[in-house]
Amino acid sequence: MQDNTVSTSKAFSAFTAALLAILLGLVFGYIIMTISSPANSFLGFQMLLIGGFKRIGGVFYFATPILMTGLAVGFAFKMGLFNIGASGQYTMGMFFALYVGFMWKLPDSVHWFVCVLAGMVGGMLWGLIPGIFKALLNVNEVITSIMFNYIGMYLVDMLIQGNATMYISSKTRTAYLPASAQLPTLGIANSNVNISIIIGIVLALLLFIVLNKTTFGYELKATGLNKYASAYAGMNDKRNIILTMIIAGAMAGLGGAFAILAPSTIAGSSMTYEPISVIAANGFNGIAVALLGNSNPIGIIFSALFISHIQRGGTLASLYGYKPEIIDVVIAVIIYFSAFAMLMNATVGNLFKKLYSKKQSEKILPADQKEA
Amino acid sequence: MDTFYYLIQNTLPVAIPLLLVALGGMFSERSGVINIALEGIMLFGAFFGCLFVYFVQSSSLDAQGILLLGMLVAAAAGFLYSLLLSLAAVTMKADQTITGTALNMLIPAAILLFSKMFFNSDGITTNKNFYIKEVPSLSEIPVLGDLFFKNTYITVYIGILLLVISAILFYKTKFGLRLRACGEHPHAADSVGINVYFMRYAGVSLSGILGGIGGFFYAVGVMNGNTNGHTGVAGFGFLALAVMIFGQWKPFKIFLAALFFAFLRTVAYSIALIPFLDALNINQTYYKMLPYVATMVVLAFTSKKSRAPKAEGIPYDKGLR
Repeated sequence: MQDNTVSTSKAFSAFTAALLAILLGLVFGYIIMTISSPANSFLGFQMLLIGGFKRIGGVFYFATPILMTGLAVGFAFKMGLFNIGASGQYTMGMFFALYVGFMWKLPDSVHWFVCVLAGMVGGMLWGLIPGIFKALLNVNEVITSIMFNYIGMYLVDMLIQGNATMYISSKTRTAYLPASAQLPTLGIANSNVNISIIIGIVLALLLFIVLNKTTFGYELKATGLNKYASAYAGMNDKRNIILTMIIAGAMAGLGGAFAILAPSTIAGSSMTYEPISVIAANGFNGIAVALLGNSNPIGIIFSALFISHIQRGGTLASLYGYKPEIIDVVIAVIIYFSAFAMLMNATVGNLFKKLYSKKQSEKILPADQKEA
Repeated sequence: MDTFYYLIQNTLPVAIPLLLVALGGMFSERSGVINIALEGIMLFGAFFGCLFVYFVQSSSLDAQGILLLGMLVAAAAGFLYSLLLSLAAVTMKADQTITGTALNMLIPAAILLFSKMFFNSDGITTNKNFYIKEVPSLSEIPVLGDLFFKNTYITVYIGILLLVISAILFYKTKFGLRLRACGEHPHAADSVGINVYFMRYAGVSLSGILGGIGGFFYAVGVMNGNTNGHTGVAGFGFLALAVMIFGQWKPFKIFLAALFFAFLRTVAYSIALIPFLDALNINQTYYKMLPYVATMVVLAFTSKKSRAPKAEGIPYDKGLR
């Protein structure tokens, strides 16, 4: 029996799987909160869940970088490539944007846009390298991109510290970018929402179209499903791998540029960079976003908003004495469960189906007996 | 000559964590499970090892005794944490890379959370000194004494011992043969009555034990007995994976590869002591990048004809052929 109702479609089961993983992750977070401080756990948890609504501008503001890194991971994942290097691509994008912001003198109207483009180029470059290593030398992209996360981090910190225009050594951070490099705000009072979230969403939609309506997208998904079959069918997998990684890198690089160029109402939280030799966390959060969104660009928009939402909530939960690291734990637990949530989902689904069909047969059975 | 002794003496405590963790990765991958969670497992082991040291450091126990007990604690911690990977990757047939990434992300956050809650810091700081100035009598052997028995840690000798045990277990026992079979052709192994799920659990668990010990030895030999949630183990878990690939999934080649990487890293951090490199006056950051760049160069040359286990990364499903 083949029924095509919503409840059995693939997208729906991915959606319920994500919900199941989120639920388990939140339950785990609640348990940790209860253990660490039982008295406030309910209020703290409530804040974690709904706190984001009080900071809706902040949710959109912080969703933008992870939306971009999420797209970077998710797009490569469609081809079966695990782009763990989004952190390095993000850092490179940030550096390129910083460099153009400080060193190039351009008219105010185009300066921010050129900075954004430069960020994209930086990300592309750092995505291209694992792509070439994978396509031409058969080196596992996971190892390459991790190594280039470290290389990129050290390189960027060194280049920034060595540049007297950018770096103020007494403050151990860069100077503030000139106002002309700042992204235009959307003009909503008391919030930092700027044009980048709109660009991000448009790009997500664009990737959705590329994946579903173009030959390249079709080849990409086919290679992801079975690379031998697609190679046999005459698809140029080497070219596709490199192209995919370049696009993925571009997304992560844009994320870095958006993060550094964004205006902020909180003084000192953007437009400046502190080289502290730590891998950018937004790259790894992008993995969470991509997995939660089932690597679907549209899904990624929503999962980025969700992750950003609970991150804001987590920050607010510190009012009740909770450490914001709880959110990182919750996110990691969510990814862990989402790795096999589809399977769990199927098991739960089958259980319900069995219960349902039992009830059905019970309903039918007495009627049959009457007839007999 | 003194500089050379210094470099070797400092290379070994760095090489041992890489060696042990790469051996762990080897057991896991040869059984057919990609273990990208090694970074997290190391940190988990290091954390519990250091936590143990923190609680017993004021007792009258001998420093080397504490180190050995801490090693057992770290091994147990690594084993337990690796069960999360086998549960997801073997029993639940989840994607092994994603699960590993989740486990890697969980630990730094959990350590930061725990340390901030109970110690009001970013990690655990211990004050026990595990350093051995010189091993009695053995350090008097001419060249060898200077190289291997002075200014060192007991971790070096334990590491070599574990390498020998691992190699015997891997090549000379029925268990080792079965483990390798499960990574190459699990269905064939199953057809002759080997329990593939059990062997994969065993492989991942061994990697958990070795990873936990490796993490603790990293904390002892490289970080002076401290762990920190921010820096973690500085990518050693991932470097170990590269060491394993460079070592072609074979114990003694892995040992050589680990020495190679550890030597590069030691050179990078002691430029000021090496006259001719110091004279070149190159930015130190270049040397810090060197181990990672060297990894890429090495992998570029060795990956074309990879000796990777054939069935790695594919969840075993009895119903498939």
